[in-house]
Amino acid sequence: MENIKFDLQTTSVREINKFLHHEIAEGTVPRIIIEHPDGAHNIAAGLNVNCEVEIRGHVGYYAAGMNQHASVLIAGNAGTGVAENMMNGRVHVRGFASNSAGASAHGGLLIVDGDAGLRCGISLKGGDIVVGGSVGSFSAFMAQAGRMVICGNAGDALGDSLYEAVVYVKGHIKSLGADARIEDMTADDHQALESLLNQAGVSYSMHRPSDFKRIASARNLYHWNADANQEY
Amino acid sequence: MNESHNSDKRISKEESWGYDRSTLDYIQRAAAHGLYEIRGLGAKRKVPHFDDLVFLGASMSRYPLEGYREKCATKTILGTRFASRPVELEIPITVAGMSFGALSANVKEALGRAATEVGTSTTTGDGGMTSEERNSSKVLVYQCLPSRYGFNPDDLRRADAIEVVIGQGAKPGGGGMLLGQKVNPRVAQMRTLPAGVDQRSASRHPDWTGPDDLIIKIHELREITDWEKPIYVKVGATRTFHDVKLAIHAGADVIVVDGMQGGTAATQTCFIEHVGIPTLAALRQAVDALEDMNMKGTVQLIISGGIRTGADVAKALAMGADAVSIGQGVLMALGCNSESWIDSGGQHISAAQDYLKIGTEAGYCHHCHTGQCPVGIATQDELLEQRLRPKIGAKRLKNYLNTLNMELTTIARACGKNNVHHLEREDLVALTIEAAAMANIPLAGTEWIPGNGMK
Ligand code: SF4
Repeated sequence: MENIKFDLQTTSVREINKFLHHEIAEGTVPRIIIEHPDGAHNIAAGLNVNCEVEIRGHVGYYAAGMNQHASVLIAGNAGTGVAENMMNGRVHVRGFASNSAGASAHGGLLIVDGDAGLRCGISLKGGDIVVGGSVGSFSAFMAQAGRMVICGNAGDALGDSLYEAVVYVKGHIKSLGADARIEDMTADDHQALESLLNQAGVSYSMHRPSDFKRIASARNLYHWNADANQEY
Repeated sequence: MNESHNSDKRISKEESWGYDRSTLDYIQRAAAHGLYEIRGLGAKRKVPHFDDLVFLGASMSRYPLEGYREKCATKTILGTRFASRPVELEIPITVAGMSFGALSANVKEALGRAATEVGTSTTTGDGGMTSEERNSSKVLVYQCLPSRYGFNPDDLRRADAIEVVIGQGAKPGGGGMLLGQKVNPRVAQMRTLPAGVDQRSASRHPDWTGPDDLIIKIHELREITDWEKPIYVKVGATRTFHDVKLAIHAGADVIVVDGMQGGTAATQTCFIEHVGIPTLAALRQAVDALEDMNMKGTVQLIISGGIRTGADVAKALAMGADAVSIGQGVLMALGCNSESWIDSGGQHISAAQDYLKIGTEAGYCHHCHTGQCPVGIATQDELLEQRLRPKIGAKRLKNYLNTLNMELTTIARACGKNNVHHLEREDLVALTIEAAAMANIPLAGTEWIPGNGMK
């Protein structure tokens, strides 16, 4: 399959997204290259077909937002909300990601080779996130399902009000959020981590699952108030 | 004076205003439970409202229309600013966002059926889109909420409009709440939560934080849906003048303002009664904002929060709203707070015992949070939900919406308008100083608007 090239200096985001939404024939997996993104917002948002997209440069907000089937490579840094609400597929940021990377992702895999900003994996609903560097404060806030792997350090309030999502951290955790706790790694955790690191690519093979900590919910916030039925 | 005749007036039994029986009950409950009260519906206190306005019908200086013979248009178009497919409604009365979870799937289906029959829209809620409501609703507005429960691009594309919810009138600044007894397996699965948890959803969106971010977020939603669908922005009424201006700036096609009388399925009572401003005041501020930015007619305004009657609708339109949205009135039409529920044979069955079980009576119920709705509306209980049959519910709701619409056109004709959207502020006067000041409408019989010239 030949490459299809777009240049954002001469084509608008609207035209490219329209092409990606409507012009890709069923059964083909074309490779689309987008040049000169120069921080434009909403590039490749709402991809609902299987295709490969390579963005050569830095992107603005919500790149590959709500991705359903595509594999998107961002050869640069990503702004706020990269791969937000992803349903499936794969989004790989070679550089750094700003705030709310992978927010509310229901599925798929987001890989950030560099650091990710605040609220990485906030409201996660089943997606997986692997961060090669560190994450900012309030990451995995209210994360409901899915897994997050942090190969560097975590900022303040990691995993605040976690539900069933699980976070693995290799480095230092500045502080845990309400109801998050460190738990023992099980054989299943080792397996899960190994597979996630594998999927993230060869550069992640340097990390050993045994070096990670598991953070999950203590489930004390699951019910309104433990003392709710007290009567005097 | 004979004491027995006036026993309630004896000074030995004088009730305190500040510590009346309801306040005493509140303090004693707080002392017993150590927990605030949570309840459903909206503010119960009396606030200046549409009842405090009346219309000046036509007479010598204006010409009325014949009540039954002359046409009075009610068609309403929302989302003309940027969307390539604006929403077209037969009436300016829509059904407000209420979640599957708070309400049963049967109720969602009934709402869709009735709305479709009268040609208006329904709205999803903080629990995603159910197939029941999509299939039964011709025009369905899909909410994008802070929780993003069940939020997905397929439903986004299946929707007819998208509503970014910043807040709601019952609890501006608060997130959703659904107590464990309503989080049954289907609700839990749709929200990606463990069944039975007391769900408290986020109050802030996960991927944007301020009005400048919202510009880009709205852009993203437009990109994903190829600029077809109107995008609404819904705010709870607080600093409405500024909020509406910011929402317009962010690129909204339609603004929804929900006043403090707006309902909820579960929130702290202190929140419902003490946070937010009345619908009347919020509507005036929203219209001011639209006019200030020269956006009236370009960006449409929907007002909600305590709209009950056709007169309320007419007054809202006259003050400058393009449409209204109704939640509680819609549930009451289905049977909320009614003495009975209706079985498949059309028989009314008393629900008195079931109201008693949850500690209330028909007429006072606000117990949606319990999930034990005696009339089968705000419940996920397999047996209770059978009490609201979609067909019967839809019929009642259709009657209610039609009644409101007939009242609306009755008033519009009396004011000499052949289109309900021609009702105007000059058709209204206020009965109280408070309403006059909030609505910026003269006190009846005077030309006085308290604080005129000040915002
Ligand atoms: S009757 Fe049902 S819907 Fe109405 S207030 Fe009571 S619990 Fe809520």
